[in-house]
Amino acid sequence: MPKINDRYPASAHKRVSDWLTNGFTGLDREMTQAETPPAAPSAEAAGQAEDAFQEKARRDRERESDLYARLHHWSVTRGERQARLLYRFLAVIVCGGIVFFLLRTVSALPALGRVDAPVNNEVSYRYISRGPEETGAVNFVSGMILDYRAFDTLGESSVLFLASCAVMMLLRLDRDDAKGPVPSPLSLTGGDLHGDDILRASSLVLFPVIALFGAAVVLNGHSSPGGGFAGGAILGGALMLLSNAAGEERVSRLITERRASLAIFTALLFYAGAKSVVFYTGANGIPLDIPLGEPFSILSAGLILPLDMCVGLIVALTMYGFYRLFTKGGY
Amino acid sequence: MNLLACLLLAFLLVCAVSVSFTRSLLGSIILLMTYSVVMSVLWILLRSPDLALTEAAVGAGVTGILFFAALARLRAVDRAAKNGGKGATHAEDQ
Repeated sequence: MPKINDRYPASAHKRVSDWLTNGFTGLDREMTQAETPPAAPSAEAAGQAEDAFQEKARRDRERESDLYARLHHWSVTRGERQARLLYRFLAVIVCGGIVFFLLRTVSALPALGRVDAPVNNEVSYRYISRGPEETGAVNFVSGMILDYRAFDTLGESSVLFLASCAVMMLLRLDRDDAKGPVPSPLSLTGGDLHGDDILRASSLVLFPVIALFGAAVVLNGHSSPGGGFAGGAILGGALMLLSNAAGEERVSRLITERRASLAIFTALLFYAGAKSVVFYTGANGIPLDIPLGEPFSILSAGLILPLDMCVGLIVALTMYGFYRLFTKGGY
Repeated sequence: MNLLACLLLAFLLVCAVSVSFTRSLLGSIILLMTYSVVMSVLWILLRSPDLALTEAAVGAGVTGILFFAALARLRAVDRAAKNGGKGATHAEDQ
């Protein structure tokens, strides 16, 4: 603060305020005063000032290093304990807050088993009686999880995405470390372990069948058992099998980390966007006519098919990413 | 159908208990996968093919593979093979 006060008389602000109070002549006087140069200091005075400056700088450095030493000492002896105490205190507060709000929410819900709760009369009845005509999905389960309760499924997909992020943080190796990989007993191309021709050939024969089955399960989620999650898990398993059978390099050249993250993110974004539109229009009574199509055909059930594809993509890539991270520490 | 369900349930119990009593980690993973397969057949018997598909794909497929991968990462499979299939229950020398 004193520095600012010292500078104030010479500042533009002072001049402007003087000009405002004294009129133009005041500013004029100030400027003529500023033009006369100050007396040049003598050589001795300059030397003394230099010495004083050096001395001050030395003292400042000493004080600084002393401060750092004391700070370090404090952080080693007491600071760490205090930080830990603060951390525990905050953790208890945050957990207690979450528990409190969750319990409040639960206590606001209708009691379990009450006859007049919506779950016990309207909801399940409506799912079964009007599900196919409202959602267009012959498979009730798909209609439920991707239409009536799509918000739940969005949460699940986000949890999967977060889990894969967490696994990546924990298990990911740097590129340089990945150069000399740990020979995996699962690897069929590793050479030293399980270089089994029968296993490799049968995997290559089985892969297209499994992948096609997974794709069929995803695409027919609305008209037959299955859906995005089951089909995605099958596709992820097929990718794992392929990366064992055809060599990890080939598959990892196709599915890079960047592409996988981008695909998962796009799928989540599309899912959230589509459901936001549906929720918004539904809540405000705006008609949104998505053609439901013929039952049992692939292009039917409105938004359920694209949402199923999104979920399938997310699940498949997450499963494959888990596998890659567990075995190689990277995509 | 009823007899089949009873047999499967009994097998399920045996699997579930023996997972925790098996000394070999590899063996317990395989038992877990067996449990999932039996459970998925039971889901079909309970007329919920959706759950059966998911259980088979996730429980028997992906989870098992991930467990195997984790064991491989920890070199527990190698050690089990070296010990003559006795298994590696302790985290021994590294």
